[in-house]
Amino acid sequence: MTKVIFIDHEGNNHQVNATLGESLMEAAISNNVPSIDADCGGLCACGTCHVFIEPNWLSKVGERSEMEDSMLEYTENVKSNSRLSCQIKISEELEGLTVKLPEEQY
Amino acid sequence: MKEESFFEKENSIPDPWDLPLETLDVSKAELFQNNKHGEYFRRLRKEAPVHYCPDSMHGAYWSITKYNDIVAIDTDHKRFSSDTNIVIGDVPEPEFVAPMFIAMDEPKHGVQRKTVQPGVAPTQLSEMEEVLRQKVCKILDDLPINEEFNWVERVSKELTTQMLATLFDFPFEDRHLLPYWSDVSTTTTTTGQDVDMFERQRILSEETLVYFSKLWHKRAAEPKKFDFISLFAHGEETKDMINNPAEFLGNLILLIVGGNDTTRNSISAGVVELNHNPKEYDKLKSNPSLIPNMVSEIIRYQTPLGHMRRTALEDVEFRGQKIRKGDRVVMWYVSGNRDEEVIDNPDEFLIDRDKARQHVSFGFGIHRCMGNRVGELQLRILWEEILKRFDRIEMTGEPERVLSNFVMGYSNVPVRVHRK
Repeated sequence: MTKVIFIDHEGNNHQVNATLGESLMEAAISNNVPSIDADCGGLCACGTCHVFIEPNWLSKVGERSEMEDSMLEYTENVKSNSRLSCQIKISEELEGLTVKLPEEQY
Repeated sequence: MKEESFFEKENSIPDPWDLPLETLDVSKAELFQNNKHGEYFRRLRKEAPVHYCPDSMHGAYWSITKYNDIVAIDTDHKRFSSDTNIVIGDVPEPEFVAPMFIAMDEPKHGVQRKTVQPGVAPTQLSEMEEVLRQKVCKILDDLPINEEFNWVERVSKELTTQMLATLFDFPFEDRHLLPYWSDVSTTTTTTGQDVDMFERQRILSEETLVYFSKLWHKRAAEPKKFDFISLFAHGEETKDMINNPAEFLGNLILLIVGGNDTTRNSISAGVVELNHNPKEYDKLKSNPSLIPNMVSEIIRYQTPLGHMRRTALEDVEFRGQKIRKGDRVVMWYVSGNRDEEVIDNPDEFLIDRDKARQHVSFGFGIHRCMGNRVGELQLRILWEEILKRFDRIEMTGEPERVLSNFVMGYSNVPVRVHRK
């Protein structure tokens, strides 16, 4: 188990215990974290599991793939620390990972 | 054409399991109009999920019928092109090509889409919610009570038209022109109808284009706003689009059809399916908080656009089949949404379905529906206001469906509304 923290748009913290190997999106969904839609179920095909990675974690979560880049091009309010949470795999190194949630998914 | 007269002569649609698999043609518009397509696709998913039909009125085509295969093709935009043709039949060239960003590849698609997308993005929509609710209330309050009427005309078409007029900031008194032009542009040989394509083109270029060109010039002279025309007219990359009338027209058609036929038919489908499934109607009435989930289920169940088509840019080996460069590849969303391997009991309409948002109706990848949030918003507000007013929307006869392999729609849903 790896502890990860989602901070929603109102500033509430949602701390969940994620399973090694699952995606950050799956960890959010299985723990009822709000404002992650994940319409495509984790295939990097819809852009509705958008999160903002806290700056000190950016280097640890890896790089965006080309496909993820092209989906994020069509997402609202994208920033340099935007990621699709279905593309981040939970590992031991991510213990304490903190991400912010957008107001709405698009 | 021979095949169509076969339907007329027999006056019935053959059982797909009696036909030879190799020549099974799921593109006949009559299948959808008679709601007989389901079994055809069930057979393809079971026996030939990536199927080559060697001959049809649109020529040869591949059918992609399983959910995950559709996602794979839809997201592989580098090998499966949207350039020019996005429905099964080729646009008769060159007179009728009206370039629109849904039918373009990168980078042009991205430039144009990103210009107008702010008009329907969540931030903009949250500001529109109250205006939309007022429109919904007015439409519902004006409905006749204890009198049969066509729900499609009075509600589905009227609401989506008013919403679209808002998104274009289109003169309200002329709003009926929008669904009219939408219907003209979707009545085409490329999706299985027999129609005079020259007359269709005349209406679109002489009426639609002329009307919108005037609007464009007006908006270009005013400060930028968030309606589609203003966004295009002030967009850095699109401000000269007016000088390319075919492309201007193409994008207008895209936005008009995108906002018309899709949500219109989901609005109608909600009434149809709740009447076909009275237990679901009871669930809804006792628990209105199911509305957002029901909205997704309606959109899945109806699949307002039955397919999208791509063209292979190179030879591709896909699920053991050899798709060749230049082949038509049709992703049947209407089948993906019934894929037993991905969706539990897919033929059942369940408003409290688990993971209802996971459907393929909006497509996936870079061409995914831009207005999905507008559609969901209209359906949500409509059902919230219906539940406040009416005990029941009673369907008084079987609905009539439209003839198309693309638009999965209704022309008539006879109803009687009962006040609370």
